Amino acid sequence: MRARRASNILLMSGFHMSSSVPAAVEFCSVSRHFGPTNALVKAVNSVDLTVPEGAFFAMLGPSGSGKTTCLRLISGFEKPTAGNIRIFGRDVSDIPPNRRNVNTVFQDYALFPHMTVRDNVAYGLMVKGMDRRLRESKAEEMLSLVKLEGYGDRRPSQLSGGQRQRVALARALVNEPRVLLLDEPLGALDLKLREAMQDELKTLQARLGITFVFVTHDQSEALSMADSLAVFNNGKIAQIGTPSEIYAKPRTRFVADFVGSSNVLSPKTTRLFGGPNRWSSLRPEALRLTAPDNVTLSGTVTSQRYLGTGNRISIALHGTEVSALIPAGQPLPKTGHTVGLAFDPAALHIMEDEK
Amino acid sequence: MHSDRASFGLRAASLAGLLFLHLPILIIFLYAFTSEEKSYAFPPPSLTIKWFAVAWNRADIWPPMHLSLWVATASTALAMVLGTLVSAAMAQTRFFGKEQISLLILLPIALPGVITGMSLRSAFSIMNMPFSTLTIILGHATFCIVIIYNNAVARFRRLSGGVLEASADLGANSFQTFRYVLLPNLGSALLAGGMLAFALSFDEVIVTTFTAGQQSTLPIWMLQELVRPRQRPVTNVVAIVVFMATFLPILIAYYLTRNGSETAGAGK
Repeated sequence: MRARRASNILLMSGFHMSSSVPAAVEFCSVSRHFGPTNALVKAVNSVDLTVPEGAFFAMLGPSGSGKTTCLRLISGFEKPTAGNIRIFGRDVSDIPPNRRNVNTVFQDYALFPHMTVRDNVAYGLMVKGMDRRLRESKAEEMLSLVKLEGYGDRRPSQLSGGQRQRVALARALVNEPRVLLLDEPLGALDLKLREAMQDELKTLQARLGITFVFVTHDQSEALSMADSLAVFNNGKIAQIGTPSEIYAKPRTRFVADFVGSSNVLSPKTTRLFGGPNRWSSLRPEALRLTAPDNVTLSGTVTSQRYLGTGNRISIALHGTEVSALIPAGQPLPKTGHTVGLAFDPAALHIMEDEK
Repeated sequence: MHSDRASFGLRAASLAGLLFLHLPILIIFLYAFTSEEKSYAFPPPSLTIKWFAVAWNRADIWPPMHLSLWVATASTALAMVLGTLVSAAMAQTRFFGKEQISLLILLPIALPGVITGMSLRSAFSIMNMPFSTLTIILGHATFCIVIIYNNAVARFRRLSGGVLEASADLGANSFQTFRYVLLPNLGSALLAGGMLAFALSFDEVIVTTFTAGQQSTLPIWMLQELVRPRQRPVTNVVAIVVFMATFLPILIAYYLTRNGSETAGAGK
């Protein structure tokens, strides 16, 4: 294993000399269509994307947007209808899942119910023919990495959801994949455990330096964990970028709606706010409340919600509703009162038209 | 006031129903011990166990006995292979007409034996296949497959598709996935199905009558024996053997599949 890793590094330095470092995963106009021609479902529709090596890459989108199909295209459980996929520069079209150096943490963990935790973790090494003593010690090593020392003799059915999740992680990592795919791995966990696992995954990824490709429909999870993310909609990538780019500058209405708690303003409202006749977005924290006068915009407070770190105020104005975030400690207007709205014009982000 | 106990009438009726179903079996057992050999007089004049020895020494019992065991074993083995394959295919793929195919697989057990028997007989004739042990085995395999299929397909459904993919994802080829993941999880379902299929084949009469040549299986031998007024209790002794050979596997199969999820987890 060590030796292989070393040779990979050599191989990559070779690439360095000839061209740039190949990306961990590359999609070149990849499509995956399902069903008969008269009722074609374009699950993935001409997607281009590049996951740089060592990245924590999130694929975010509502269910049915194609993100999981993209993951399965990387693992090899789906074959592209058109286009091609390269993993570390190598076209994987003809490589079956069991011969790709990619491992998956499945959504429902898919642990083998009839095996002990240790045998589950050692499975990938066993099928490669590693002898029992060596693979079991490696499995124990992995179990301690995911903080499950001493659980080796249990069955998956004797573990909690969070523990199963860690076993699934250890089982994938023991194979030293160059790319780890995670399919909504935290979806089944409760909030507190999910947050703890988010931190742990992040730390683990930084420590191991493996490329993580993470599928989720939870935008806060994607924003807080990923180095870069792709937002999927209807089988296409709506936007790709860093979390702050996506949060601050959503390219389309869909991205603004899905990713953030941003105010999405119609062309009419945008004009009202001093912008062009286009859709725009305005973050709630960019809005300040002022005393109502005849110069600035004004509206009526319709509701307020306490968020701990501040209050979210909904304001109705000219037939639309926007929300503003008031930091804790600042005076709050009463519901039904009229307030003025002020903001930095640069915060008004104009979006592209949706195709 | 609502009562948890059923009324006397209902309890009496259920008891009568159970007796009607099972008393005749007890009577068969009883006549294995009667000292009267020409007719089934009730009550038996006296009881004896000599018929077991007589049956053991009757040369004409052994060939049908061996044939029945061999047919049941062979058709069960054949059904295990084919039934597992077809259930794997049906559980893992989606295609046009799948429901119809599934119905076709189940049909042999729903179809009256006479129909299956007749169609097999004419098919074997058309193919110029002489009626032999092989044709009996093939005939029995048609309904044994259904039993295996039903057991295996239920287990396949419970076995989340994920574990097979997980195995491939971890680098296993299809043979390794079959050996290390599928078989251990399918094992008890296949064993239970196999036992049921064996029991079903062992006492089959109708399809056998249509597909057999000169040879007779144990149930057919019994049928022939009943019309002969000589050593009648021997038939009852054989009936006890057939009963044991079919009832025990069914009982074991029942216990194997009773806690399906548990056996799936315990595997081996």
